[in-house]
Amino acid sequence: MSALASIHDLTVTYRRDGNAVAALRNISLDIVAGERLAVIGESGSGKSTLALAIAGLLPASSAVCGRIEWPGSGRPPLLGRDIGFVFQDPSVSLDPVMTVGKQIAEVARTHLGLTWSQAYAKAKTLLERVRLPDPDSALHAFPHQLSGGQKQRVAIAAAIAAGPKLLIADEATSALDTIVQAEIVALIRRLVAEDGMTLLFISHDIALATELAERIAVFRHGQLIELGTTAQIVSTPSQPYTRALLDAHIGLDAAPLLNRAGLHA
Amino acid sequence: MSLLAVSNLTKRYRRGGNTVIAVDDVSFYIEPGETLALAGPSGSGKSTIARLVLRLIEPDAGRIEFEGNDFLALRGAMLRARRARLQMVFQDPLAAFNPRATVARVLDDPLRIHGIASRAERPRRIAALLERVGLAADLAPRAIHEISGGQRQRVAIARAIATGPSLIVLDEAVSALDVSVRGQILDLLLDLQSQERIAYLFISHDLGVVRALAHRVILLDAGRIAESGDARAVIDAPQSAIGRALVAAAPRLKRTTQDAS
Repeated sequence: MSALASIHDLTVTYRRDGNAVAALRNISLDIVAGERLAVIGESGSGKSTLALAIAGLLPASSAVCGRIEWPGSGRPPLLGRDIGFVFQDPSVSLDPVMTVGKQIAEVARTHLGLTWSQAYAKAKTLLERVRLPDPDSALHAFPHQLSGGQKQRVAIAAAIAAGPKLLIADEATSALDTIVQAEIVALIRRLVAEDGMTLLFISHDIALATELAERIAVFRHGQLIELGTTAQIVSTPSQPYTRALLDAHIGLDAAPLLNRAGLHA
Repeated sequence: MSLLAVSNLTKRYRRGGNTVIAVDDVSFYIEPGETLALAGPSGSGKSTIARLVLRLIEPDAGRIEFEGNDFLALRGAMLRARRARLQMVFQDPLAAFNPRATVARVLDDPLRIHGIASRAERPRRIAALLERVGLAADLAPRAIHEISGGQRQRVAIARAIATGPSLIVLDEAVSALDVSVRGQILDLLLDLQSQERIAYLFISHDLGVVRALAHRVILLDAGRIAESGDARAVIDAPQSAIGRALVAAAPRLKRTTQDAS
């Protein structure tokens, strides 16, 4: 169990209207190489800030204390090559005026030193791997010609094009309907297993996190309040807040909220 | 007599050179005080049905009867008057409201437009509405963009009940809320229903919430009704292909760590 990334005492502060707002406070956390780690929390928990901090994508105006170490490599990771990032909304993260093939090929060409024709061949293979129907014509399609789920498959293909060690999915299925969400979760699970990637899965949905992750970190108000295996978090949470999140999940076996006797009274 | 009776509703869109049938010959009814859920994947037509029922868009065919009237035949002042009885709450209240308005202004508008309360009486009515949805009266002068998402959704509900509706269309009204807030909003909706006998057309992609909240459910697929019936009976044993797919895809709390497969 070696750490891919070791986060020590990380504090991130944003400036907003002249005030300093701490988005993350004194976070210490190891991301184990090869694991599927979910980070869950509600709005303002800091979960997305953690993802951005790890990916080196924090806005320049933010103040960062603490450090993130990458014990297995002698250099800091490069986004796109060592870290793949999948955002919530592919219609925003994909370039609307660049073909799908070029967006993926560009990643492979930039980070793997391929020629354009090699990079396009790689892009086609990736479109097959993410199971986009008709990869040959999809290479020349623009994002607006694809459905939301297909666009997210393209965004995932671009994220893994350079063979990153770490895949970060930040609410990557939240804008999708339930059926497409389940397909994308299955796709992420398969790709992570096939390529031996480490997965950091950021989500507001604790049930979804338990379906995918081996460990779950619970964030609230910028703090890491609980970290454990999925089984521990679900069965024996140590924090009342984690218990409250579990209780707030309305599953298919939840007791009805409705008092049926009240109808037509 | 049903509160709302929709028959053979059809809506087509032209997109490029193609015609897309968004809603295809859909019929259903809602009784007073009842919650009917519309569930289905993206593009199944559930939000289009909501907009047709609200007459934000007009159908190509079909009939909508609301409180015994031919709702599609209403025009002008008659339509505006009837709209007081048919309200709506959307997913994102920040998008639905003027962001520069105050809470008081958002609640003042329906009271004024529908002639429900005089200028002098309105501040007291606004305070009562805020109290009814569990908000403090001193929230009234705050700007809509300053308050939290849960507070905004309560304001949206207060605005919807201001005109004394018999039916509220809830289009993904709890989908964007944090789970801790979602439970409180669902409780508020149930309380309003039992006190005021308001019916809900509850549009959601979340079958767990639908099963817990709705009396009946309609599952939609590509603009058509795939299946309908008692919400728990349908979701516990779906008969249609889309019903089985929706149930299979619903996230479940897993108690053991699964290996990659």
